[in-house]
Amino acid sequence: MNLARLGGLFTTLLGVVTLVFFLIHWIPGDPVDVMLGESATPSDRAALRHRLGLDLPLYRQYLRYLHSLAHLHLGTSLHDRRPVGDLIAERLPATVELAGVALLITLAIAFPLGTFAAARHHTPWDRAAMTFSLLGVSIPNFWLGPLLILVFSLWLGWFPVSGREGAGSVVLPALTLGTSLAAILSRMIRSSLLDVLGEDYVRTARAKGLDDRRVLWRHALPNALLPVVTVIGLQLGSLLAGAVITETIFSWPGIGLLTIEAIQRRDYPVVQGCILFISLAYVGVNLLTDLLYRRIDPRIRTGTDR
Amino acid sequence: MPLSVFIVVLWMLAGLLAPLLPLHPEAIHLDRILAPPWVAGGLGYDDLGRPLLDRLLMGTATSFHVAALTVSISAATGLLLGSLGGYLGGRFDAVLVRLIDVFLAFPGILLAIALAATLGPGIDNVVLALSVVGWVGFARLARAQALSVREREHVLAARALGTHGPWLLFRHVIPLVLTPVLVEATFGVASVIIAEAGLSFLGLGVQPPAASWGSMIREGTRYLLVAPHLVLVPGLALFLVVLAVNLAGDWLRDRLDVRLREPRP
Repeated sequence: MNLARLGGLFTTLLGVVTLVFFLIHWIPGDPVDVMLGESATPSDRAALRHRLGLDLPLYRQYLRYLHSLAHLHLGTSLHDRRPVGDLIAERLPATVELAGVALLITLAIAFPLGTFAAARHHTPWDRAAMTFSLLGVSIPNFWLGPLLILVFSLWLGWFPVSGREGAGSVVLPALTLGTSLAAILSRMIRSSLLDVLGEDYVRTARAKGLDDRRVLWRHALPNALLPVVTVIGLQLGSLLAGAVITETIFSWPGIGLLTIEAIQRRDYPVVQGCILFISLAYVGVNLLTDLLYRRIDPRIRTGTDR
Repeated sequence: MPLSVFIVVLWMLAGLLAPLLPLHPEAIHLDRILAPPWVAGGLGYDDLGRPLLDRLLMGTATSFHVAALTVSISAATGLLLGSLGGYLGGRFDAVLVRLIDVFLAFPGILLAIALAATLGPGIDNVVLALSVVGWVGFARLARAQALSVREREHVLAARALGTHGPWLLFRHVIPLVLTPVLVEATFGVASVIIAEAGLSFLGLGVQPPAASWGSMIREGTRYLLVAPHLVLVPGLALFLVVLAVNLAGDWLRDRLDVRLREPRP
């Protein structure tokens, strides 16, 4: 990674931090009202404003905010006075578990489906697979979630309705979170594989007498999966964001639910911290994907960006 | 004309006409609380005894209103800024690219949630929040398109004939940027419909007693076992319209013969 890229990354991160800061400070309500209630005396309010640094001009507040971020300090919750970093750290394992299982489910659906559809191109199987994928893209997760609860929890009783207790509790939330991604990914795998199957070297492999299965697994698939890696990386980032709605549906105690709870309580430092954390994780995952892609595909290592 | 386009037209008509129809989405029938369609007729009744058909139609109006405004605002903004950036190049373009990068560094729905929470509930704030997120994709597309159009022969010819400035941009560049942006806009409609319903599902969209498909699903989840039709009816409408818009977008893309780059998920 060269210096220009690193500089670009830094300005992007600074942009994200700045946008989040001004977004939260644009909120019309006063955090002091939330902390002390409307009936507090003016002197108490002024004292608290001073203690929180809210009496400073905006640019000073912004510099203070950058300063505390540089020391990895995300602020303190207005609700229970605990450090935001601790709250996030507490909820992180649940979100990681949900996103991880959802990614596994996504891959387990998308790989066989996409490969199968490409190998059986222009057959009813291909069309069926692509219909499933279209349905998967169009179904919103906040409808799919309740449907899954209705069928698998309330009618069949296989999984718990909500919460995070027992091994089975992750299945429905992960399925809800993973379905649309599986749909997008299986389309991507299919089209990428179809491109590769049309290449000359695949024709050569067939011409020298290799059977279809060997051509598919040894020659076509490894190359077809290269662009798919990027998509999986971007997906992992969007899984983190999609978790906000999915965690709310299933009362899954992760960072997404923490964000929504904090919004409802008007707990601004926590909202700010959560959004910043998820965005930075998203940027981080995308960066890792980019680096990984450069490692496994030597062709783009010398190319310039964009 | 395919079925999908028919469904989309139906959605638009319902969305436009619903506010004019003699509907009673807030009328309470205490004897029909949670009554399913096969008992009470229509599409059934909700937990307060309000008719679901009337509420569904008002929800259609909400989704159409938000989708039409949001997509128009973000497509127009993105088209203008992106074309200008690609056409002018230089410092303006550099700033635009940075700005696009920062916005793309956020997962879109998260930024919309944060904005909606900041602005407070209400239909206009939903439009504003989704437009702030939505223009970026259009700007990216328009910029890439304008970059290539700028080098085409007809632009060079126009320039050689002495055309320059806004006239060159609006007469010779933007018309060629417009088609892919229009196709992208149909897919934008699908994601805005889902996003509006999602925000309302989280309680950040339109507020009661106004109806949105998302808030109907949210209210219905409490009665999932006793009255599944509360979730099934608005969800099915949402699913069908989004599916139809996606299919209609594919149809339009094929008709206009536009090759888009694979959209960023």
